Amino acid sequence: MRRSRWLWLGGIVAYAFLYAPLAIVVGYSFNDSTMNAQWVGFTLDWYRKLFRNEDMITAAWNSLVIGLTTSAVSTVLGTMAGYGMYRYRLRLLPILVLAPIAVPEILMGVSLLLFFVMINLTLGMLSITLAHIAFCIGFVAIVVRARLAGLDESLIEAARDLGATPRQAFRLVTLPLIMPGVVAGALMAFTLSIDDFVITFFTSGPDSKTLPLAIYTMVKITVTPEVNAVSTLLLLLTLVLIVVASRLSPTALRGGR
Amino acid sequence: MALLQIRNVTRRFGDFVAVNDVSLSVEAGEFFCLLGPSGCGKTTLLRMIAGFDAPDGGTITLDGLAMVGIPPEARNIHTVFQSYALFPHMSVAENIAFPLRMAKVAPAEVAARVGEALKGVSLAGLGGRYPNELSGGQRQRVAVARALINRPKLLLLDEPLAALDAKLKEHMQLELVTLQKEVGIAFIYVTHDQQEALALAHRMAVMNHGRVEQVDEPSKIYGCPRNRFVADFIGTCNILDAQVLGVEDDCVRLRIAGLGDVRALGTDHVQPGVKGALALRPEQVAIGLQLGPNPNENHFSGQVFDSLYLGDVTVYVVELGNGSRIEAMLPNSAPGRVKVFEAGDAVEIGWRVDAGRFLAD
Amino acid sequence: MGTIRTSKWLIAGPPLVYLLLLFAIPTLIMLVASFRQPGQFGGLAPLISGPTGAEQVNLTFDNYARFFGSFLYAELFITSLVYALITTVICLIMAYPLALLIARSPKRHRDLLVLLVILPFWSNFLIRVYAWIIILGPQSLLVSGLNLAIGVLGLEPVRILYTPAAVVIGLVYVHLPFMVLPLYANLEKHDPGLLDAAQDLGAGVWQRFWQVTFPLSMPGVYAGAALVFIPAFGIFAVPDLLGGTGSSMIGNVIKQQFLDSRDWPFGSVLSMVLTAVAVTLAGVAAWFARRSRS
Repeated sequence: MRRSRWLWLGGIVAYAFLYAPLAIVVGYSFNDSTMNAQWVGFTLDWYRKLFRNEDMITAAWNSLVIGLTTSAVSTVLGTMAGYGMYRYRLRLLPILVLAPIAVPEILMGVSLLLFFVMINLTLGMLSITLAHIAFCIGFVAIVVRARLAGLDESLIEAARDLGATPRQAFRLVTLPLIMPGVVAGALMAFTLSIDDFVITFFTSGPDSKTLPLAIYTMVKITVTPEVNAVSTLLLLLTLVLIVVASRLSPTALRGGR
Repeated sequence: MALLQIRNVTRRFGDFVAVNDVSLSVEAGEFFCLLGPSGCGKTTLLRMIAGFDAPDGGTITLDGLAMVGIPPEARNIHTVFQSYALFPHMSVAENIAFPLRMAKVAPAEVAARVGEALKGVSLAGLGGRYPNELSGGQRQRVAVARALINRPKLLLLDEPLAALDAKLKEHMQLELVTLQKEVGIAFIYVTHDQQEALALAHRMAVMNHGRVEQVDEPSKIYGCPRNRFVADFIGTCNILDAQVLGVEDDCVRLRIAGLGDVRALGTDHVQPGVKGALALRPEQVAIGLQLGPNPNENHFSGQVFDSLYLGDVTVYVVELGNGSRIEAMLPNSAPGRVKVFEAGDAVEIGWRVDAGRFLAD
Repeated sequence: MGTIRTSKWLIAGPPLVYLLLLFAIPTLIMLVASFRQPGQFGGLAPLISGPTGAEQVNLTFDNYARFFGSFLYAELFITSLVYALITTVICLIMAYPLALLIARSPKRHRDLLVLLVILPFWSNFLIRVYAWIIILGPQSLLVSGLNLAIGVLGLEPVRILYTPAAVVIGLVYVHLPFMVLPLYANLEKHDPGLLDAAQDLGAGVWQRFWQVTFPLSMPGVYAGAALVFIPAFGIFAVPDLLGGTGSSMIGNVIKQQFLDSRDWPFGSVLSMVLTAVAVTLAGVAAWFARRSRS
């Protein structure tokens, strides 16, 4: 099809725009200088400093714990919500599930702050996790629902026709076929939780710094290339997760159309 | 007693009546076709037999047992779906084994029976493949094997050959007929292709707008259509409006407006004055420059309007005195295109009295 | 049929309950909070106060009066609107060629190209903003080079970081993938035969674009615009990190009310107005989407 020179140019400019900033962050993480300006020399000092930075390590650990918990709970609830939205005609369900995604994050952050204060819940790991689960359910639900919608209805009917009860049909046919969607949803929830800044900002307490919050403090106040180092590591983690997710695609091809 | 009894079954969707007071019976071991145009209700009826839909009125009985309220998995009826519905995440062997697993058959026996089933549909050795690795014809065979493996009382097939090309379709039709004879299980085969129905069925039902128009053997459906719809839907048929003038011992006398009087076979209860149609198959119409007079035949003169070369036969469209057109079919006995008549030729057409049927409206 | 009833609630129940508790109720609390008095040391004053027997419910319209009474806050919303609008337009202009390029690439390349668009999005949000702090900072190669060139022309050196321009660049960068993906999803489904037909009937490249491609892509444009505009409207981190004191958006002020000045009722008012605007915009976008589909 037609891809003129101008189209290529526009596309390349866009890709450069997307990647150049990240390349710069990664590049300067190896720069032997506190200023992100001139290239002085190659060094791994900032990475060494990072691994000795207790605050950072705690923050990373917190993010991991919250991320895994959020992913687990929101995947279960999100799959149920996705199936519920697909199968049943409840008006309330899609509204409640999708609203957290549609409105600006700050609204959830602020309202949850009010809520937690009101029920006397100390702001900390628990409050952050509860908040993360609330907005991750929607994402998982969307992915699962999309996967269900792409499912061939006649497959379920065939299972029933050949002797399976509705429960057996769900377990032996529906579930395996939506599994790639469920796993994709789980990975998505994990990444969203690790990455979240705004909602965490409002629902975290003094002892529960997550990685994004630590980065925020560093960016606003300290600004050493340690930030670049932690950013590079996070980028690497994201890359690994995406590769893992795409490895699941071959099975998705088998299980889907 | 018939294997499957459908009595006065009706199904409505809002104002739309999909199945309208249908009564049918299917005998054990027969190949039964449900034929009709799209939207005639045949698939809805099939789904009610399978249990995916419930009739609003009427009963469905299998071997004397009423099917109402019994879910699909509990009926001893299996379906071959139009899209085959093979489970993409299971291998061919696992697909075929599925009904046996549901029936809690021992694993060793399952393996043995699956192997047999694969051999039975000429797919031996392909048990490990996955559906997306098979051709359309192979997938169809797996769907059939899967539906037959635990010997249901009845097999439903929903236009299973619709997605195949013509040559493969012919081949699979023969296979299905042979298979049905071998396993001896009653088949209900839904199709909109009347040639397919004529070729495969022991008996067939022609449906239109939710009603059953006629249930009979294929030859009777073709040769003795009960009304205009059946005559027109099955094969090609010349249909001329006619009115009964009088009834004689073995035929009826009809008046065709603008043409004249003819004699034809009539059905029972035909009275003078009744309006209807004369149904005449093209292969029964003789065409010639001059046909000799014959008291057992109806003759008319006309002009050749068009001709259609179909390889084995040539169909001539002849325009008669009253403007109506009749198709006459001539076999092409000599190889190569043999055009006997050209457009514009003045010809005579004729048919035996008992080749024409009067169908009351 | 009792089993369907119970299974419906068994499956839909838990997520419903969770979201009622952790989304619907907090939102309601915020609504009520917007009518309450600020507490002595920040936060909220008690809802019910006074000696027993003579309690009163402390609800007031004061906060809303303050909001609607001053032009300051209307200005704030309009500023945010303008930022979001500019961001959406720039995103559209940048995203369109990219989406078109991917949609017209051979099938086997498309997945990879889409992945390459999504990849930066999966990196941490703050990193993406931080990168621009580096690039737009006064010591960066870009800015020092720019100022060098400008100096040659005899003009004053410019500062990019901590200006509205930096905020816009940051907003565009963060939201670009949200414009590319819906646009691509729409463009991918276009029938190439239509363009052939248009060309056959005499249309040149630009005409083919404006008369065929662009109109057909409107649903994708609407979807992308909604996905960019609504979040951009309520964002606070980007102006917080890249913008100076003059480039506050509504999100910044909400954060400030809640965490700095601790005037929670007023912060709630701002949040409720933001919610109302966001919901209206989402509703309009959905209406447009439904219309284009028919």
